[in-house]
Amino acid sequence: MRAFTVHTGLVAPMDRANVDTDMIIPKQFLKSIKRSGFGPNLFDELRYLDEGQPGQDCANRPLNPEFPLNWPRYEGASVLLARENFGCGSSREHAPWALDDYGFRAIIAPSYADIFFNNCFKNGLLPIVFEENIVDDLFKEAEIAEGYELIVDLPRQVVVKPSGEELPFEIDEFRKHCLLEGLDEIGLTLKETDAIRGYESQREKTCPWLFHAIK
Amino acid sequence: MAGKTLYDKLWDAHLVKQREDGSALIYIDRHILHEVTSPQAFEGLRLAGRKPWRLDVNVATPDHNISTDSAERAAGVDAIPDETSRIQVKTLDENCDYFGIREFKMNEMGQGIVHVMGPELGASLPGMTVVCGDSHTATHGAFACLAHGIGTSEVEHVLATQCLVTQKMKNMLIRVDGTLGPGVTAKDVVLAIIGEIGTAGGTGYAIEFAGQVFRDMSIEGRMTVCNMAIEAGARVGMVAVDDKSIDYFKGRRFAPTGEMWDQAVEYWRTLQSDDDAVFDATVELDGSAIVPQVSWGTSPEMVAPVTGSIPRPEDETDPTKRQGIERALKYMGLVGGSPISDIPVDRVFIGSCTNSRIEDLRAAAAVAKGRKVANSVKQVLVVPGSQMVKAQAESEGLDKIFIAAGMDWREPGCSMCLAMNADRLGAGEHCASTSNRNFEGRQGNGGRTHLVSPAMAAAAAIAGHITDVRTLD
Ligand code: SF4
Repeated sequence: MRAFTVHTGLVAPMDRANVDTDMIIPKQFLKSIKRSGFGPNLFDELRYLDEGQPGQDCANRPLNPEFPLNWPRYEGASVLLARENFGCGSSREHAPWALDDYGFRAIIAPSYADIFFNNCFKNGLLPIVFEENIVDDLFKEAEIAEGYELIVDLPRQVVVKPSGEELPFEIDEFRKHCLLEGLDEIGLTLKETDAIRGYESQREKTCPWLFHAIK
Repeated sequence: MAGKTLYDKLWDAHLVKQREDGSALIYIDRHILHEVTSPQAFEGLRLAGRKPWRLDVNVATPDHNISTDSAERAAGVDAIPDETSRIQVKTLDENCDYFGIREFKMNEMGQGIVHVMGPELGASLPGMTVVCGDSHTATHGAFACLAHGIGTSEVEHVLATQCLVTQKMKNMLIRVDGTLGPGVTAKDVVLAIIGEIGTAGGTGYAIEFAGQVFRDMSIEGRMTVCNMAIEAGARVGMVAVDDKSIDYFKGRRFAPTGEMWDQAVEYWRTLQSDDDAVFDATVELDGSAIVPQVSWGTSPEMVAPVTGSIPRPEDETDPTKRQGIERALKYMGLVGGSPISDIPVDRVFIGSCTNSRIEDLRAAAAVAKGRKVANSVKQVLVVPGSQMVKAQAESEGLDKIFIAAGMDWREPGCSMCLAMNADRLGAGEHCASTSNRNFEGRQGNGGRTHLVSPAMAAAAAIAGHITDVRTLD
């Protein structure tokens, strides 16, 4: 996994609550067997005026002029500002893959859906939680100042505003460590092979039916 | 010391290692795979030169984007018309063959929607940890499984290590006492709960459903309820084990037998919250006050009793919520203040892992029997959740009742729940649907979903609009 340390990026707003995974990446794109290439279809139904199809060249599709990500001022944005319960709905990892492929590295919102939140970390994408009023302020500032950038400093766990003001955020240690080092979680877990084998042999004694089921 | 909740017990029984940083490794007993969220996980395994840790815990089946049309299904995988769907289904077949994972293939007895086929085969059993790359995995909590939806990276992680890296959730108790009135079903109960606590109400919690209403409910009804825990934000929803749960598994294909069955039952009986267990949050509802529910908006919390009306945005004081209601009404083409029962329906969908089991089909058939679908309704899809449900329904003659009423009887799969195949709504069409999500575009671009129970869906098909099944003439 790609490591995340300090990232400076242009902020783009996604000003609605309960943005679900269908909205982030509509289901017709889930048929791909790859992990990449979802960026052009991020927020497809909001971004384009026609119905998107997998494999289509998006360059010639009619853009929805009302959707902020289509505005020149947000071109190249890599920090997404969002509202409560972002990423609700399905477990599809295509949602963080699409955000990542588009170029987002960090998301800031008051809250996230559990599975989505978890999936972000597996893909080097940092979801940051701030209180609602802080998020509100960020929305206002990003709207007023064109070219509004934030510095996301993971080692110090702060987001730095253009004014220099620092906003501290929480992140659990294990996730921080994995992100900073870009660690392969499977490799880490496989270091616990003895613990897993030990668990299995204990469990097989008390619950033997769990050890020969599907054939 | 306070007693343990059901969730605490399941967690403790599966804890391989608690790490100092708060994360934990928990052991996974059953892993169910389907075509959409597994290809990248298998690819990851191959690229890293890894093998599945244990083969016999995995079971796979295609469900999300296969056709439900009999002729198309009979033509086999190679004839799936949509190329990307075909590749995805074939990729699942190839991966399962390559790694040696038991797959119930597209037209094989046993195939079905992951959360329908798992329990009915006894592949998921009480007390197991069950994971699947699909957020409705909580379904299996209906018989005290600790069941989570997971993402594709976690699918790969579980395949490779048999463990999940996770954190313990908080405990929430949702108690619904009283007795449900006639015509009120498990679906109405769970929609009422989501209406009450909201789509983020359960975020960070493992929910246990308790109280008279759930004790009276069948295992299939409990599956409907737990299935939608994720719609309330909770990854996990559970009901404690009782005699019904044990009876349900007796004789199932992968359930233990003989002495091992007795040993299992003895363990399963311990899968209850202790009387003195402490929950971090408790929600109580009166079951006898619940009436059939209908969603009117674009989020499962936007529900109302069928006897009620669509909310007016101007009555909402919270600006974010008001904006949400306005946006939803615009998308749905509805006007605040009008009666729920005035909502017209263009199509009806009876199916999905929420409501495609035999009891659901029986409930819909009881309404459809001797009646006809309204002329204004373009299509009524009845999609059984699995090959076994289909066979059972046909042996009871339910298919004939549906067909006589003017409904389409289909092959098992997810179908119009997420519209990855050809079953979908046209833009602007309203659908009475027994599925679980009414997000914008979920059932087809521009489609408008109204979540209801199977009986209510059948009633809407007959009336041509949303109607109270209890007063259908
Ligand atoms: S029926 Fe719908 S919710 Fe259930 S597994 Fe299929 S797509 Fe997911």
